[in-house]
Amino acid sequence: METVNIKINGQPVQVPADYNVLQAAKRMNINIPNLCYHPDLPAWAACGICVVKMENSPKMVRACATPVSEGMGIITHDPELHAIRKTVIELILSTHPDDCLKCGRNGSCELQKLAADYGIREQPYEIRLQDIPRDESTPSIILNPEKCIKCGRCAQVCQKLQGVWALEFVGRGDETRIAPAANLSLDDSPCIKCGQCSAHCPVGAIFERDETEMFLNAVNDPEKHVVAQIAPAVRVAIGEAFEMEPGTICTGQTYAALRRLGVDTVFDTNFAADLTIMEEASEFVIRLTKGGELPQITSCCPAWTDYMEKFYTDMIPNFSTAKSPMMMQGAMTKTYYAEKNGIDPKNIYSVAIMPCTAKKFEITRDENMFSSGHQDMDLVLTTRELSRLIKANGIDFMSLPEEEADSLIGAYSGAGTLFGNTGGVMEAALRTAYNLVTGENMEDVNVHVIRGMDGIRKGEVDIKGTKVKVAVAHGMANVSEILEEVREARKNNEEPPYHFIEVMACRGGCIAGGGQPYSTTDNIRDKRIAGLYKDDAMSVVRCSHDNPEIKYIYQDFLDKPLSEKSHHLLHTTYQYRPIYKK
Amino acid sequence: MTVTNEDISFSPDLTDFIAEWKEKPGNLIMILHKVQEEFGYIPRAAADKVAVLIDVPLAKIYGVITFYHFFKLEKPGVHNIQVCLGTACYMKGGSNIIDELQSLLGISVNEVTADGKFSIEGVRCVGCCGLAPVLVIGNEVFGKVTKDQLPGIIAGFND
Repeated sequence: METVNIKINGQPVQVPADYNVLQAAKRMNINIPNLCYHPDLPAWAACGICVVKMENSPKMVRACATPVSEGMGIITHDPELHAIRKTVIELILSTHPDDCLKCGRNGSCELQKLAADYGIREQPYEIRLQDIPRDESTPSIILNPEKCIKCGRCAQVCQKLQGVWALEFVGRGDETRIAPAANLSLDDSPCIKCGQCSAHCPVGAIFERDETEMFLNAVNDPEKHVVAQIAPAVRVAIGEAFEMEPGTICTGQTYAALRRLGVDTVFDTNFAADLTIMEEASEFVIRLTKGGELPQITSCCPAWTDYMEKFYTDMIPNFSTAKSPMMMQGAMTKTYYAEKNGIDPKNIYSVAIMPCTAKKFEITRDENMFSSGHQDMDLVLTTRELSRLIKANGIDFMSLPEEEADSLIGAYSGAGTLFGNTGGVMEAALRTAYNLVTGENMEDVNVHVIRGMDGIRKGEVDIKGTKVKVAVAHGMANVSEILEEVREARKNNEEPPYHFIEVMACRGGCIAGGGQPYSTTDNIRDKRIAGLYKDDAMSVVRCSHDNPEIKYIYQDFLDKPLSEKSHHLLHTTYQYRPIYKK
Repeated sequence: MTVTNEDISFSPDLTDFIAEWKEKPGNLIMILHKVQEEFGYIPRAAADKVAVLIDVPLAKIYGVITFYHFFKLEKPGVHNIQVCLGTACYMKGGSNIIDELQSLLGISVNEVTADGKFSIEGVRCVGCCGLAPVLVIGNEVFGKVTKDQLPGIIAGFND
């Protein structure tokens, strides 16, 4: 790695040549305050708080957008810089409401923290607030332009990481706001509800729709039998809300917390992830061996499904018809579980704890989500919402015992837990597809070729002589490269370049979903992913088809993968959706 | 899209222009200028069509047309009355001229009269400060304008 020698506050230091001044200072444990910069995004010097001085130069530069160079001398802190930063913060505060106590980001707001650190006590500038109504049009996220500080992270994330372009800077000067095109609401825009905007917003301008009250009403309603499920990615992130290291596996504590909150039965979405694999791998093996549209493309990410229906409608026949694990769990809860326990499904209130804001949209996305004869899933809470509920209800999460999920639809294999990270669905599916084709398990179930954090990963897996070409993409903007290859091959009447493609909308997969704890960076993504691989490695059962509860539900209820009952309850359809509804 | 590209047609001249500029850097603003020249503003359907033709997200187009005051999102009146609010005209009462026009025509700035004939727009310096306050209608420039002259000026266009 190429390095350069620089001086920070007089101290010599060697740093990688591709660092910016912000990263170089961090290397020396010096924090330069900033609001618009985010390691996921290119620096673009919007907020002005990270100004630093160059030695022997009267010029001040923005640390985030200044690359290091050999011999450079930087001053990060002195009285003048302190005064300038304080002024910038005061100016931002003059256009920002001061109702922190009633804000969704109270306690996690980056602006609030800076104001506290800089000891802001006065408001020297005239207050000028924008009076723009909230956009509450989607079931997933709420845009509150009044709180926006125009840092642009949300628009950058929406455009560069996700390639969606729902959000853009509109207008200029003090009328600038971040909004969809043509005065439209988010729901009418290309928004895929992934919530990455809300996960990157430093303040309370975009946030998940808070539905914790609906949960509390349900658990306090004696008529309702509340059933909960937790997604794979929740278990390795929720601990962060309670000062634990990212990646700490908190499965048992989360089950326990849900029971303390009044949930009657606790299941795990990982069970349904195994079920998804049974259906999806069977579907794949049929396409591969008996003929059918290839590549098969995974469909468990609702933001990706929404994106595909808008931008890649021609890929509908390639989509696995398997529902997402959450929706399968929902369907099984209100049919199989209800039947087994003699509960009227209309009294069941089914709640999913998800790392994802798009899941709130998914539960009513079309009529297939009502396969049990009722709305299969009643409520989705994000990891952030559940953390708040746990705190508000006085539950000491750290000291909870590790409890078990309820049976018969609660046990999971290591493959099921991998659904939470990029590459995991593919790995889980390959483990079972291998078994379906050969009748035996892979010698080494760890499919290393598709692990990692590169935005696009391609590989080949040998199923006893059959070379299966696979590709994995995460971060919505990365998907076009792979799908364009597929389109190109189709146009030229060539063999498809891949047999199986996995797509997850968020960078890193669900572990970094739009509903996960704040401040996610690649460092935290790596730790959460390591947590899931650890959960898999620790599992006695590593393959979905070996999960005893999976075997039992087919024997007892579903018959076999792709049976008529499976098709009715576990599969769905897709439709063209316009990029702009209006 | 409910407002489909079929809803609007571009002249051969505009179509050729877009084809010529499609791959060039800085094409978006050039093309939007040409669109506004053709329609007098940037209709939504035209923005949709440009987005498809040069493969640019609609949000990016709206980012540009809402940033530059030059671009109009609403169809202006047949006679768009541009009132200069540059420094000299402002000091000489440009804003009073606007107030008077608003009450005479019963519309606000950037609105169009019900019959579609007139609209009012505040613009920055039009380059003849010696004539302040100035208003421009089409190619005609009116200098040293007083409130009393306004009904007459409007009547001249009210054919």
